[in-house]
Amino acid sequence: MSGRVLVGVKRVIDYAVKIRVKPDNSGVVTDGVKHSMNPFCEIAVEEAVKLKEKKLIKEVVAVSCGPQQAQETIRTALAMGADRGIHVEVSGKDYDALGPLQVSKILAALAKKEEAQLIILGKQAIDDDCNQTGQMTAALLDWPQGTFASEVSLEGDKVKVLREIDGGLETIKINTPAVVTADLRLNTPRYATLPNIMKAKKKKIVNVKPADLGVDVTSRLEILRVDDPPQRQAGVKVETVEDLVGKLKEAGRI
Amino acid sequence: MSFKTAVLLLPLLFTSLIIGLSIINLSACNIYIRVGTGFLQRFQSTLVVAEHNNDKLTPITLNAITAASKLGGEVSCLVAGTDCAKVVEQISKVQGVKKVLVAQHDSYKGSLPEELTPLILATQKQFSFTHICAGASAFGKNLLPRVAAKLDVAPVSDIIEIKSPDTFVRTIYAGNALSTVKCNESVKVFTVRGTSFEAASTEGGNATSENVAPSSPTGISEWLEQSLTKSDRPELTSAKVVVSGGRGLKSGENFKLLYDLADKLNAAVGASRAAVDAGFVPNDMQVGQTGKIVAPELYIAVGISGAIQHLAGMKDSKTIVAINKDPEAPIFQVADYGLVADLFKAVPEMTEALSK
Ligand SMILES: Cc1cc2nc3c(=O)[nH]c(=O)nc-3n(C[C@H](O)[C@H](O)[C@H](O)COP(=O)(O)OP(=O)(O)OC[C@H]3O[C@@H](n4cnc5c(N)ncnc54)[C@H](O)[C@@H]3O)c2cc1C
Repeated sequence: MSGRVLVGVKRVIDYAVKIRVKPDNSGVVTDGVKHSMNPFCEIAVEEAVKLKEKKLIKEVVAVSCGPQQAQETIRTALAMGADRGIHVEVSGKDYDALGPLQVSKILAALAKKEEAQLIILGKQAIDDDCNQTGQMTAALLDWPQGTFASEVSLEGDKVKVLREIDGGLETIKINTPAVVTADLRLNTPRYATLPNIMKAKKKKIVNVKPADLGVDVTSRLEILRVDDPPQRQAGVKVETVEDLVGKLKEAGRI
Repeated sequence: MSFKTAVLLLPLLFTSLIIGLSIINLSACNIYIRVGTGFLQRFQSTLVVAEHNNDKLTPITLNAITAASKLGGEVSCLVAGTDCAKVVEQISKVQGVKKVLVAQHDSYKGSLPEELTPLILATQKQFSFTHICAGASAFGKNLLPRVAAKLDVAPVSDIIEIKSPDTFVRTIYAGNALSTVKCNESVKVFTVRGTSFEAASTEGGNATSENVAPSSPTGISEWLEQSLTKSDRPELTSAKVVVSGGRGLKSGENFKLLYDLADKLNAAVGASRAAVDAGFVPNDMQVGQTGKIVAPELYIAVGISGAIQHLAGMKDSKTIVAINKDPEAPIFQVADYGLVADLFKAVPEMTEALSK
């Protein structure tokens, strides 16, 4: 295989931030909150760049769907080693309703347009926790999928994927073109160095609209409300192991 | 006739009227009935995609069946595999299941989504279910979004509550917010959080079974092998007691302390990501946002700080115990009983205390 890899990158609230639900229960506060690239997307970018470094593929294209700020996320991917970026601009109400179905339609359209051989995405975004986009993109293209990958090797025109499953690991071999979604243990993403950040500024990001790709972003899912989860009652500190075991026995837990 | 009985009879009258009308419409499978609440609703019928290993039904399927039963309509289960007889027998006895659809073919080896999706689509075409679901396990998460995309509908992941046939609750941001979603799709495709629904009883059911034609193999993917972590302990996601270790354990060998404690409690053993990344234990033991979600009666966190991503996987446990030497560790904010101590001293002591 010596083709092109498309990587999807999503801008999300940083994983270390303690989120706040909006008082009107319409969603989560995002204004003025630190955002960064979804950790699983970083792993996807790293994997694509590694494939390029091994000369197994020739070009890495980073794609993000969202408002203007999505360009920062693409820049980060470029600084990590992606060759060029595509910003699919979606903003306002359309962005609020943008879900995996719409994103997968966009990615599928781009994969055809760019004649990609491989799409690498993160297995889930840490904000919506959907774990759907990769599977749906594969479906729309009728390509095979290697989800929750913790090892990927290109073997001729096939991809061998080690997958994290509930009871352990499994290995599958899928035809290319294919979609792969990255699990945490696939690799350790590199930090972008200052020279690479500077270089990334010169790399190209093209701007397109979903309509340019023939994708209708209407959603038939409606978020009725967003609430805080129930709070747990404050607990007690025990002084000794004996005390702990006694309390657990009293509570009927052991 | 009192006013009350009149009100009670009125919907009944409507029901027969509407059912009468819709008989003509039966082939389109759009039977409308008047339900108690007075809303006009499409008759519910749900397909649960069964997860199994050709020998045993995976327990999360039983939780998914309970969720499906809550929708109020008929529940069918699809069993696809290379050797289905045993599982069909098990599932036929599960309470709440009306019909078992069976598809046996060698191409279903390894439950590849590329092979199962065409089968589910064909089944859907034949029976026009209003809902298609599975447990939110690695199997369900892998398969259902592929099915949804083929149906051109947006799926709903890992639901924790069903408010009505089109309204579901799920968590977002690592369990730090609850999102209530209304799904206006013609077919609702969703996965079910196992710990949020009771398991359906494995006895007392009496489902009929029916073969469905296997789809023709697509052959674009191939299952090669799996390596499963073997253990005599209860399975993590359904265990009543879970003992988990984190970075504080310092090595894989030290996890033996937790296995000894777990044996006394008949508990499963879990881990934080730090423990998995450091190679102390295999990945399938990870509890959290991106690992497994557990909600046992008792969760004992040992040498785990309690990061947002870990809490996402265990916050709904009935009782939480934390053993940590750092009194400031965030885990103490969710623990019912906290012991500030060195785990290397406290854990053997606890095992000892339980041996008495
Ligand atoms: C995208 C993403 C997904 C993630 N998903 C998950 C997930 O699913 N599950 C998960 O667990 N994490 C996940 N994480 C990682 C998470 O953020 C934390 O890094 C991780 O949970 C920390 O593990 P820990 O508590 O074992 O380690 P630490 O945070 O290092 O805590 C170790 C604790 O052990 C205590 N300790 C040390 N020695 C002793 C001793 N002798 N006696 C008693 N106590 C001791 C310390 O006081 C400390 O509190 C994820 C992170 C990201 C970015």
